[in-house]
Amino acid sequence: MSDHAHALETSTGLDSRKLAIWTFIGSECMFFATLISNYLVHKGRSLVGPFAHEPWTDPATGKVLEPIIEIPLVTVGTALLLFSSLFVVLALYGAQRGNRRMLLGWLSATILCGMFFVGMQVYEFTHFVHKGLTLQRNMFGASFFVLTGFHGTHVTIGVIWLATMFYLALRRKLPPERSLNLEMAALYWHFVDVVWVVIFPVVYLIR
Amino acid sequence: MATTALDQQHAHAAAHGEKTGLWSWLTTVDHKRIGILYGATAFFFFLLGGLEALVIRIQLARADSNFIDPDTYNQLFTMHGTTMIFLAIMPLSSMFFNYLVPLLIGARDVAFPRLNAFSYWVFLLGGLYLNAGFLFGAAPDTGWYGYANLTSRQFSPGPNVDFWNMGLQLLGVASLAAAVNFFVTIVNLRAPGMTMMRMPMFVWMSFITQVLLLLAFPVIAVALILLMFDRFFGTHFFIPAGGGDPLLWQHFFWIFGHPEVYILILPGFGIISEVLPVFSRKPLFGYAAMVFSGVFIAFLGFGVWSHHMFTTGMGPIADTFFALSTMLIAIPTGVKIFNWMGTIWHGSIQYKTPMYFALGFIAMFIIGGLSGVMHSSPPADLQQNDTYFIVAHFHYVLFGGSIFALTAGAYYWWPKMSGRMLDEGLGKLHFWLMLIGFNLTFFPMHILGLNGMPRRTYTYPKELGFELLNQIETVGAFVLGLSFLVFLINIVKTSRLPSNAPADPWNGATLEWTIPSPPPEWNFDALPAVVGRDPLWERKREHGGALPEPRAGSGAGIHLPNPSYWPLVTAFGVAGLFVGIMMSPKWGPWGIIVAVALLFFGLYNWLFEEGYSEFRTPSHGGH
Amino acid sequence: MTAHAPAQEHAHDHPTPGTYAKIGLVLFVLTALEVGLYEFTFGEHAGPLGHQIQPFFIPLLLALSAVKFALVAMFYMHLKSDSKLFSGVFVFPLVIAAAVIVAMIALMAYHWTFSRSG
Repeated sequence: MSDHAHALETSTGLDSRKLAIWTFIGSECMFFATLISNYLVHKGRSLVGPFAHEPWTDPATGKVLEPIIEIPLVTVGTALLLFSSLFVVLALYGAQRGNRRMLLGWLSATILCGMFFVGMQVYEFTHFVHKGLTLQRNMFGASFFVLTGFHGTHVTIGVIWLATMFYLALRRKLPPERSLNLEMAALYWHFVDVVWVVIFPVVYLIR
Repeated sequence: MATTALDQQHAHAAAHGEKTGLWSWLTTVDHKRIGILYGATAFFFFLLGGLEALVIRIQLARADSNFIDPDTYNQLFTMHGTTMIFLAIMPLSSMFFNYLVPLLIGARDVAFPRLNAFSYWVFLLGGLYLNAGFLFGAAPDTGWYGYANLTSRQFSPGPNVDFWNMGLQLLGVASLAAAVNFFVTIVNLRAPGMTMMRMPMFVWMSFITQVLLLLAFPVIAVALILLMFDRFFGTHFFIPAGGGDPLLWQHFFWIFGHPEVYILILPGFGIISEVLPVFSRKPLFGYAAMVFSGVFIAFLGFGVWSHHMFTTGMGPIADTFFALSTMLIAIPTGVKIFNWMGTIWHGSIQYKTPMYFALGFIAMFIIGGLSGVMHSSPPADLQQNDTYFIVAHFHYVLFGGSIFALTAGAYYWWPKMSGRMLDEGLGKLHFWLMLIGFNLTFFPMHILGLNGMPRRTYTYPKELGFELLNQIETVGAFVLGLSFLVFLINIVKTSRLPSNAPADPWNGATLEWTIPSPPPEWNFDALPAVVGRDPLWERKREHGGALPEPRAGSGAGIHLPNPSYWPLVTAFGVAGLFVGIMMSPKWGPWGIIVAVALLFFGLYNWLFEEGYSEFRTPSHGGH
Repeated sequence: MTAHAPAQEHAHDHPTPGTYAKIGLVLFVLTALEVGLYEFTFGEHAGPLGHQIQPFFIPLLLALSAVKFALVAMFYMHLKSDSKLFSGVFVFPLVIAAAVIVAMIALMAYHWTFSRSG
């Protein structure tokens, strides 16, 4: 029983749900743009350290706080997120062709990468707190944690969404006619990845 | 006795086991019912906001008045503004989007009916949340725009600001969900033959409004989130002592706030563009120009926001840029005015109530636009800002503009929605009382403002000589209130009549007049094929005169989306999330955790609802 | 603009898994280049040439990111072969977003430079 037999006739010939997810993504561009501008305007405006890329000496105690940003860890996370986009594309490719093994295999790889990314962020956050950076400490802490925290929340929601798709696929409820459901999740996932493509250089690499 | 459309519907309902009663309203996914829910709720909040205004006017009628204390006054003007903008005008527009857009484009419902219901419930919960502060004597009191750092914990320790913050966030969720829904509906569910450039102008303006909502609301969502972090989690985004800056709030707020005012007026523009042609018996003048001017206004509307900040010392370059962009935006607005005049010109004017309000709109909006252009000059605005001159301006465009237009729409589409004609005599009385009351209330504010009466101040000393004009304004406000009483009387009086309004009482041009009043649940028996603008006038021309009164078919074989309570459950989850955040100092994370669990519970049941074929339901291809 | 066709079938020029993998590799290389550029310019072992590049760092970095962004959007998100409507719905907000970011930086920078409290 093919969905296409009952397919909606739409004015554009495009599926309404796919259009809806793109519309939502367009809106989310403004959400992250505001968070990113918030980060950028506050850059260099911290009254006290620790700072992102330079050390800071506390004038009161003479203690030196190291720069917060650690490139190796976040680079691994960035790579993981990029590869996860590749993996979900491959999962979708399998879904569209009824290749269940391909779908399940690549989808689980995607989810694992996503979970690792979130794990890395959680580790990074706790590590930064240990180094003296908190939400309340300075403008860098506030704007960093809010921007990357909201991004991480979006990733978490994406992982939950993809895991739900995985569960459906496992129960054989994701045949090619229903692959649009995975395509929607994948589009959301790619968007979350693409936001990170902007955040990574802006937050971690630009001094 | 002739069977009315409503009789036919009841017969159909009985035959198909359709329910009436509270449960059917709680689970409805029918765009028409959701529209009525929006309208009734919005009208209630409009009256509430009006009551708040009347108390303000009583306070201001006398110099050195102590009718209410300053703190109460702050709560009243904050809630009046917030209520009128978010709980009255926007949802009244939503009533029209919901009821009419599918009818105007020839569809059976919107693209996502359950999402539509979800938007309404979240809106209702948001409106209640916003007003919940009153129960604790702590209604929001920092103005509808909540400027930092008055809103910081230091200067606003109580929960007033938090009721405002969380309430607005909820409303934002409702608006965003609805915007996605209507954007997709308008792009994707038009009847065969209805190209974008054949859509009724109300649909075009609604479409542009949805785009504005999608782009502007995320900005205020972030601003409110940052404020929330400042108040709950110790950040300093807007707090200078910690490295932040209150001005940042103003920028973020007005990047949202200016598109918001176009969100408030564009639907009204669309309504006027529907009413004027019908009551002038002439097609809309300059359709393409009307479309492009609307698009231009929306696009440019993102480039003018700092004209709300001319008094903050942004420097000559920023001032000049925003002054120029603001003046520029007057041009497409002017195009619309001239095209409306062109529509009426040499038309055969039908002096019915909707036309009265539409004509009143044009006059009042021009006045409001003129004062607006005056504000666009930074040196002039330096004196005008924060005075009653500004209050005059925005009431002329929001009341004289939006409310007049929405009222015109209400009288115009009332027969379609209720199956009853409103009384013409009472309608015209409503109009005259409203026009006179409105101008009595708000015109003197231009003078008071130029003479220096400041905004948001609970009283003024007698020596300033403001008292006489304030008294006139208060009288005017009560006349305005009276005009709405007349409207209510009209509604109640005519509700007793049988619902036998004709399908096309006004000799309309668009598709909603081809179906019975009120329409059957499935709207059209067979989806119409459209060959031009003003499709109904085309059909009448071909037919050589008026068409016979349509009778609804049985609706057999037409699949409609099933009712569902999951949108309501999910809405409670979303609202609970904000309650949980606000109560987190007392409850820790538990409120949030429970709410999120409820949200997921509602959402997953919604998405996997048994036997639900919403997306497989053809809302096209009549069969 | 009323194509009353059933929901769109997939384009016949559908990229293969191999193509996707190649793009993935390119993305990885671009990321490595970003980090490499950072290390070259600011890293512990940055030399005099790195120092000279500093004024160009941000534009170069953003250019690399832009290419990554475009690759993911055009190929993984399928915009290249899908209806232009989707591209429009994505690009239009991006333009507004970019304008807002630039405007905010300019306005706040001016404000903090020239206001007395700094």
